[in-house]
Amino acid sequence: MTAGVAALPAVFKPFRVIGHSTLAALRMVGSVGVFALRGLISVFTLPWFPQQFLRQLVAIGFFSLPVVGLTAIFTGAALGLNIYTGGGRFNAEQVMPQIVALGITRELGPVLAALMLAGRVSAAIAAEIGAMRATEQIDAMRTLSTDPFRYLVAPRLLAATLVLPLLTLVADIIGVAGGWLVAVRILDFNSTVYIRNTANFLQLWDVGSGLIKAAVFGFIVALMGCYHGYSANGGARGVGRATTHAVVSSAILIFASDYFLTTLFTRA
Amino acid sequence: MTDIAKLEWRSVRKRFDGGAPVLDGLDLSVAAGRSLVIIGGSGQGKSVTIKVAMGLMQADAGQVLVDGQNINALGGKARRELFSRIGVLFQGAALFDSLSVWENVAFRLINADGVSRKDAKERAIEALGRVRLGAGVADSYPSSLSGGMQKRVGLARAVVTNPEILFFDEPTTGLDPITSAAINELIVDQVRGLGCTAVSITHDLASARTIGDQIAMLHDGKIVWTGSPAELDLTDNPYVRQFVDGRSLGPMTSAV
Ligand SMILES: Nc1ncnc2c1ncn2[C@@H]1O[C@H](COP(=O)(O)OP(=O)(O)OP(=O)(O)O)[C@@H](O)[C@H]1O
Ligand SMILES: [Mg+2]
Repeated sequence: MTAGVAALPAVFKPFRVIGHSTLAALRMVGSVGVFALRGLISVFTLPWFPQQFLRQLVAIGFFSLPVVGLTAIFTGAALGLNIYTGGGRFNAEQVMPQIVALGITRELGPVLAALMLAGRVSAAIAAEIGAMRATEQIDAMRTLSTDPFRYLVAPRLLAATLVLPLLTLVADIIGVAGGWLVAVRILDFNSTVYIRNTANFLQLWDVGSGLIKAAVFGFIVALMGCYHGYSANGGARGVGRATTHAVVSSAILIFASDYFLTTLFTRA
Repeated sequence: MTDIAKLEWRSVRKRFDGGAPVLDGLDLSVAAGRSLVIIGGSGQGKSVTIKVAMGLMQADAGQVLVDGQNINALGGKARRELFSRIGVLFQGAALFDSLSVWENVAFRLINADGVSRKDAKERAIEALGRVRLGAGVADSYPSSLSGGMQKRVGLARAVVTNPEILFFDEPTTGLDPITSAAINELIVDQVRGLGCTAVSITHDLASARTIGDQIAMLHDGKIVWTGSPAELDLTDNPYVRQFVDGRSLGPMTSAV
């Protein structure tokens, strides 16, 4: 086999590499697709494991609140300062509340909450399920007549999909509050005017479209964690690899789907 | 063989990702109520052999028959029903570390059989008693137990529903000789007591002699010898001789 590679003229080598990685990428898309489908079927059919679902709701949702909150308040504040500066270049400082609210609810709230979840939750899911794979706990579960897709995957997919919109709502509120804090404390805005401007300007769809994005991102985060954990092999190193892949692929998919969803929502 | 085989492998082949075949036409069977022990070198496919029989891995070719029924031809429901008739003690015990000891033992009862938690706990404690663990450990977590105790819990989990076929993957590996002897005894007790069919894997010949009625040696994806424990010392089969006498020279070469 190595002889065949050596016999190939060097000019063909790039094509070989391109071909191999294209095939590998397609295989991966295929197996993620099948995995997602199996996961969805397990979410929508019996039996369910409500206890596992509640456990995940707490692990994914509740314990992510501090990181999401902190990220949101600093981002809201920084965004406020930047927009104020930018607006000042054509004497439009006064639109700062509206732009902050729009930027947070439509874009930064969902994306930042999702990225924090990718770091925290996707990695944790991949590590936990990967370790269960490596120690034959997944096999054991199957021999105990319990489908790991229903017991492990479905509760995580459902919990993350439902909980990220809630976290995003929190991020929206705290993010806008961050902007308000900077405006009132540093930039001499009137607090009442700031709040009134924000409330009058925001449309339901600004927040709603962000929450829809968040649900998609939540699904992605849990899916990548479960998929990479479930397909981990090769002991502790394999689990480490699964964790990295889960975080990186969640992040990339969040950004990519964010663009496409935004295209869809801004056209509508 | 006059008995009907409880479990039978017929020309089973299995390979991973285009590599060399791990199982290469494996033929083997065990009669109801008997105890089969599979021996063989590391990486020879012993675990794969039993995983194929448990339905955890799909064979590429050949058949695995349980009570004369090809398990690969079973649909989802029949396959789940098959799982309810087997019990497995995995190589590293494979206990769920997020669950307490009794929840591990009662896992099938609670999650698949719909038994109430109260009744499941009672049955779990009864099963723990069968492997000589007191009710005191029921509420502790697997990570706080020694390796030998984890194996006992794994054994209790395997036998709690009185399965027809029990699989033991290296039940004594990594345990000291005294704990090993205790585990072997428990296995023999459970197998005799339940009247079930057992398939065990081991590297440990003392263990093989204690728990086996029939011993099969796996090499290069095939069974190269079968016989009773007594025949193990009498045969002049070169594979068995090399394995039993523990020589590095012979028909088998070490992977290292
Ligand atoms: N899921 C898998 N994917 C790829 N290869 C595998 C898989 N499971 C087993 N193998 C390969 O099959 C071969 C046999 O593995 P198996 O675990 O059955 O060996 P074993 O006889 O049980 O060894 P040991 O005594 O070390 O447990 C090994 O080369 C292993 O790498
Ligand atoms: Mg093995």
